[in-house]
Amino acid sequence: MGATFETIVFGVLAMFIIVMSVLTVTTGRIVRSATYLLFVLLGTAGLYFLLGYTFLGSVQIMVYAGGVVVLYVFSILLTSGAGDKAQKARRSRLFAGLVTSVAGAALVLFITMTHHFVPATGNEIPVETGINNIGRMMIGSGKYEYILPFEAVSIFLLACIVGALLIARKR
Amino acid sequence: MFDFSIITNWLHQSLLSVMPEVWAVVLECVIVGVCIILMYATLAIILIYGERKICAFFQCRLGPNRVGKWGCIQVVADVFKMLTKEIITPNQVDKFLYKLAPYMVILASFLTFACLPFNKGAEILDFNVGIFFLLAVSGIGVIGILLAGWGSNNKFSLIGAMRSGAQIISYELSVGLSMLTMVVLMGTMQFSQIVEEQADGWFLFKGHIPALIAFIIYLIAGNAECNRGPFDLPEAESELTAGYHTEYSGMNFGFFYLAEYLNLFIVSSVAATVFLGGWMPLHIVGLDGFNAVMDYIPGFIWFFGKAFFVVFLLMWIKWTFPRLRIDQILTLEWKYLLPISLVNLVLMVLIVVTGFHF
Repeated sequence: MGATFETIVFGVLAMFIIVMSVLTVTTGRIVRSATYLLFVLLGTAGLYFLLGYTFLGSVQIMVYAGGVVVLYVFSILLTSGAGDKAQKARRSRLFAGLVTSVAGAALVLFITMTHHFVPATGNEIPVETGINNIGRMMIGSGKYEYILPFEAVSIFLLACIVGALLIARKR
Repeated sequence: MFDFSIITNWLHQSLLSVMPEVWAVVLECVIVGVCIILMYATLAIILIYGERKICAFFQCRLGPNRVGKWGCIQVVADVFKMLTKEIITPNQVDKFLYKLAPYMVILASFLTFACLPFNKGAEILDFNVGIFFLLAVSGIGVIGILLAGWGSNNKFSLIGAMRSGAQIISYELSVGLSMLTMVVLMGTMQFSQIVEEQADGWFLFKGHIPALIAFIIYLIAGNAECNRGPFDLPEAESELTAGYHTEYSGMNFGFFYLAEYLNLFIVSSVAATVFLGGWMPLHIVGLDGFNAVMDYIPGFIWFFGKAFFVVFLLMWIKWTFPRLRIDQILTLEWKYLLPISLVNLVLMVLIVVTGFHF
């Protein structure tokens, strides 16, 4: 019974994500597009919460909803006028887009169908991953621990910040 | 110590005796949702009344005093007035975004509100990543404000929304860093554990100097996060009419208004939980008799008492200081608060590593 309830929630979330993703690319107004994108990302966070992985769900909301989409909306507000609308796509472009999306969907379906999933080990109830474990894994230097990628990403981000400052500074 | 989980367990058991578990859980979710909404509305009414009275006393006025004794049902009357007002949609606005924006703001507010621990056993969302989740969902509110400014098709709204966006994004850093400082001391992010760990002294005393600095930074930045006090220039009425909610009327405006006051309460109660012990009574190590007496006061009274104390502090700040300019606000955050919080974080780490805390 618990499994079917989770399936219903998953189905609702999945439909929500699909509808919002289609709306993101079909709407003509760019701010609406960003808003639909926000809903797609929130739906994805909902999937993580359904899995019981609250940390990843929170990161998803923090980084995408709180960071990326705000940045998008902010830069749209700074750059474009209220009446701006996307031009109607030409027929050849529409066709190319359709072919690409169908091919992408087919590829994803093929991989999902042929992939051999590890069967669940009887433990159906999702268990919340402790933040202490995540933190230790993130800065541990043992096997299957992530200190090197973690530091590499931080240096990369620092380089990005310095680069952005260099571009934006007043001369 | 009164434990609220007795009531919830009793409810769960009695529901289980008449229906399968799935429906019991669904029904409990609905009950909890209704309780959240009722508490939200009641707290908003109390806070608005409190704000009007406190504001009046700071300005040597009497405040509302006609409806009910000391004007105490004035706000209830105002709520009914607002509920019956027409919701106007201005011409040539983006209708979808215009109508969506207040709901985004209120959604963020509800989600953060649901994280608060009101009493022992009365936590609604008690994740392992509690504080992080709270900071994450509070970020959704910014999008609501930006969409409100954009959707209104009004330049005052747009300027207000841009100012608010810049301000909230900036001050989120200080809020996050001061919370991070406290997480270093607490060693956990789960709200129930945070409160449990303060049984032998609140974190404000346990972490002494860096905790005090973090508390002050959190109060300043939290005040700026809810667009209040000296930081209310997103809706500076003398220059922008009402900022991002200029074009909203009726209950759509009401949602912004509610969210503003509840965000004030949320900021205060997070401060009360993290620094002042939440629902944990005042315990002094060694004075067992005193501690036992304090335990007789129920936890939710401690929680609301502390939260309303911090609310009073924030209202005091609001009605004392004049409004800042936008460049002064950004200077304060980026040149003062952020470096201080970073140094404070290092100081806290040093103190925790060397064991200088209590």
